Amino acid sequence: MKDRPRVQDFDWTLLAIVAAISTIGVFEIYSSTHASGMAGMQWKQLMWIGIGVVGMFIVSRIDYHTLLDQAPVLYVFGIVSLLVVLVIGLSRLGAKRWIPLFGGFDLQVSEIMKLIIIIALARYLSEVHTDRLTLQDLAKIALLTIVPVGLILKQPDLGTAMVLVPVALVGAFLAGIEWKHAAIGLLALVILIPVAWGMRTHLKPYQQQRIQTFLHPEEDQRGAGYQILQSQIAVGSGGFWGKGFGKGSQNQLGFVPVRYSDFILAALAEEQGFIGVCVVLLLYLGLILRLVDNAQKAKDKAGMYVVMGVTAILGFHVLVNSAMVIGYMPVTGIPLPLMSYGGSATAFVFLSLGLVMNVRMRRFVN
Amino acid sequence: MALVSYVSVFFVVLLLVGFWKLEVVQSDHFSDLAEKNQVRSIPIIAPRGAMLDREGRVLVDSYPSFSILLLRDNLKQDEKAFSLIEEGLGIEKEDLESQFEAARYEPKFEPIIIKPAATEADIAFVESHRADLPMLDLMMVQRRRYPHGEMLASAIGYVGEVSQQDIDKFPDRYRPGDIVGKAGLEKEYDQQIEGTDGMRRVVVNSVGKVMRTLDDVEAIPGKPIQLTIDEDLQAVADADFDKFGKSGGLIAMDARNGEVLAMVSRPTFDPNDFAVRIPPKEWASLNADPDTPLLNRAIQAQLAPGSVFKVVEGVAMLESKAIPASYTTYCPGTATFYGHLYHCDHAHGEIDLHRAIVASCDVYFYNVGKMLGIDRIDQYATGLGLGSRTGIDLPGEEPGLIPSEEWSERVNHHKWYPGSTISVAIGQGPITATPVQLARMITAVATGGTLIPPHLLKDAQGLRSGSFPISDGTVEQMTDAMWGVVNEPDGTTSGTVKLVDVDFAGKTGTAQTESFALQARLGKHIKENGWFIGFAPRRNPEIVVAALVQGAGWGSSVAPIVRDVVKAYYDKKEGHFQLPPAPQTAGAPAVRPPAAGGKTPPAAAKPASAATQPAKAPVRSTSADAQPEETAPAHTTPSSVVADVGAGAPDQ
Repeated sequence: MKDRPRVQDFDWTLLAIVAAISTIGVFEIYSSTHASGMAGMQWKQLMWIGIGVVGMFIVSRIDYHTLLDQAPVLYVFGIVSLLVVLVIGLSRLGAKRWIPLFGGFDLQVSEIMKLIIIIALARYLSEVHTDRLTLQDLAKIALLTIVPVGLILKQPDLGTAMVLVPVALVGAFLAGIEWKHAAIGLLALVILIPVAWGMRTHLKPYQQQRIQTFLHPEEDQRGAGYQILQSQIAVGSGGFWGKGFGKGSQNQLGFVPVRYSDFILAALAEEQGFIGVCVVLLLYLGLILRLVDNAQKAKDKAGMYVVMGVTAILGFHVLVNSAMVIGYMPVTGIPLPLMSYGGSATAFVFLSLGLVMNVRMRRFVN
Repeated sequence: MALVSYVSVFFVVLLLVGFWKLEVVQSDHFSDLAEKNQVRSIPIIAPRGAMLDREGRVLVDSYPSFSILLLRDNLKQDEKAFSLIEEGLGIEKEDLESQFEAARYEPKFEPIIIKPAATEADIAFVESHRADLPMLDLMMVQRRRYPHGEMLASAIGYVGEVSQQDIDKFPDRYRPGDIVGKAGLEKEYDQQIEGTDGMRRVVVNSVGKVMRTLDDVEAIPGKPIQLTIDEDLQAVADADFDKFGKSGGLIAMDARNGEVLAMVSRPTFDPNDFAVRIPPKEWASLNADPDTPLLNRAIQAQLAPGSVFKVVEGVAMLESKAIPASYTTYCPGTATFYGHLYHCDHAHGEIDLHRAIVASCDVYFYNVGKMLGIDRIDQYATGLGLGSRTGIDLPGEEPGLIPSEEWSERVNHHKWYPGSTISVAIGQGPITATPVQLARMITAVATGGTLIPPHLLKDAQGLRSGSFPISDGTVEQMTDAMWGVVNEPDGTTSGTVKLVDVDFAGKTGTAQTESFALQARLGKHIKENGWFIGFAPRRNPEIVVAALVQGAGWGSSVAPIVRDVVKAYYDKKEGHFQLPPAPQTAGAPAVRPPAAGGKTPPAAAKPASAATQPAKAPVRSTSADAQPEETAPAHTTPSSVVADVGAGAPDQ
């Protein structure tokens, strides 16, 4: 038994996978933007990765138990931040998501909320000492989740709001949800969907549009349906082997929407083909499996819940983003972790990995 | 927790299946779509060939200008943009919609032309809305220019947008919006002058900006055609007609080979008005105009030839030998046949064939016609080319009419009334001819029976002269008589059109336009149609000119036009020709030379090579801005100007 955590205990396999995915991402960002007015974006992304790595080390040094101890404070801080953003946040494209920071950078508060919900739920679940969650437990879990989800929806940011849900679902599942509760929950969902559909007029027009488009993509080719179609064309025309680096017409000529960010997988699929997609998706699968492995090896339940929370969020991101690129899901603005360009999102991934390292490093520590 | 791993594997497999379906199973389909996304085919319009006169002077040419296209890759998006387009380009929404609807079943990659002649403001509008109105694009087009406006318009014809019927008939040759010849020489020689459009394939980005050119198939400009027209003679004839200010037509031909030297039809039109889609209102007014300005009277006016027909009569009399050449009769000023009274202009007294032609005695030819009979008249008239088309290289030539007993039974369902023969004998009654037919007929008489092929294309292929041999004696007698018309004291032209040093001959015709009975009913006298067919020299002539002026009165008043053209011909030959005072219509107002150093060419055209590059700033065309709803005019068939068949005596 060692008595202090060491950097040597980092999950280097996991980091190798992360490095591979990030590298592919940086190259694809370069390919997508080098011929446009956004040239040089890959350097910014590299900088974010660098900042993320530093953050990861810092987070890994603070014992996650300390973080869990502060969970209520963090949670309240997160909720207050979300409220603040609604009041004084920067508006872009009709959504208030950002708080201006020093040096011209803006922080997307909901990204921090992702980390906080992981910690908060881990704290709550680790304190349930039975094998079965009572209805009261479930209600509390739901409440903890729904408050930030609601606030994020208010921004509005449907994608990020949705991302918080799987943390709760996976957590509840692992904590031992009763079948009848799961069944009731499922039933409630089935009933809620039509109700939500009935209330769709409360959605922002662009959100309505996205749902409409997903259901009937052929109707509006220049709008969101156009995006999905162009993404599908990019993917489909890539073929088995791809068109080659920097040679995808859909990508290079700008037909793929936000090809450096949300649709980066489409750009990759076009230029690197099915083979490239296989490599990337298998890397992500490796990442998930490796995270699950880490969760299993965690010293305590709290650590397990933290790692599984991270797993749930990352897995959900990958699933929803990839499915969107091939038209299986509506456009929700969920980026592909580590590959899509974006400061806050990239930083979040590394910070959450910091949590994972944190748990891993302390598995042998008393 | 193992379940989470399994679920993850399951989802990844599911996603991979999804990618497989797109990238492998449907790869061809999406590759095709990707190709269509980025590759756009832009037609490079070939300029139509110019038309030159016989000395190489430009009568018609083309100049580059811009059309605004509506791309139809995305129909829904297009429709949403209509209001913006209406506002920006001043095209009415209904007009857009009807054009859009008409093209609904065309392939989507075929754009439609919504504004054929873009102004500078229009071009700026398209350029500045590349991002939000990506369905608009500019296309360089070649527009037709008629520098002389109305000059020779009826013969040249006009161009317009290809009709749907033509597209259906020749789907490989025409695309919607193509400019084709619609009438006249533009139509007749459309294939020679149309050229072959090129095609440029370019790569465009998502906002439609041209990134690079894939390949270029250059347009092959249409070949210029040289006409037989002599612009100088044409100007002389035009000037004379302008002085007259009446409806009519003229054709001047080289009597040796049928080359048309000048052709006039009045009233006429300015083909520049058709160079862009003609507004439907204007088109309707041109079409409905009772003066039928779109008619080419030189080949389409079928009118009674009047006394010009006496030449045919004389030939028939001499050649058939049914009547002795020395036949004489007494003209008291009137004569009675079959119980009807027939008039003559004068009491000519004792008269022979020569004087009957020179002084144009009707009574003499009433008798000749009665003795010949209608079928013999028909035989010689038909032989000399009347009653059928001359085959001139212009669309829409009319055949005229020469009656016969067979014709009467076929068309009128009754036997020929012998009384009608009396009228026909002086070119009245059920008999019509066109100026070009009469010019050729007179030439045949003066050349011993050569029926020259009238044509306007300088090196026309496969021309064949017809032949209707006439004996030398007849030629001599008839041409001497026609010389007398111009030069003898009692000739119908009263010596007013004599030419010094030119052996000028001809025949007048004065055709009544309604029967005496009608005149009596109307209580007024409508002036006769005047004819003069002149030629020189009197044997084996070099030039023949047929002129018709409707409502001119006596044919002798038309003769000076013919004289002027013949004189101009000889003046040119001898090198002292002078143009008549320039008519004020010269230089069509619709065509202005491109403004030098005007706007810079639009940005989108910049990466393209010279073919889509405007050589100069686009012309600000005055007629171009009108936006008609209908397509360009189709060729009209002349309808109403059939001869108002009058007669010296009623045909019953």
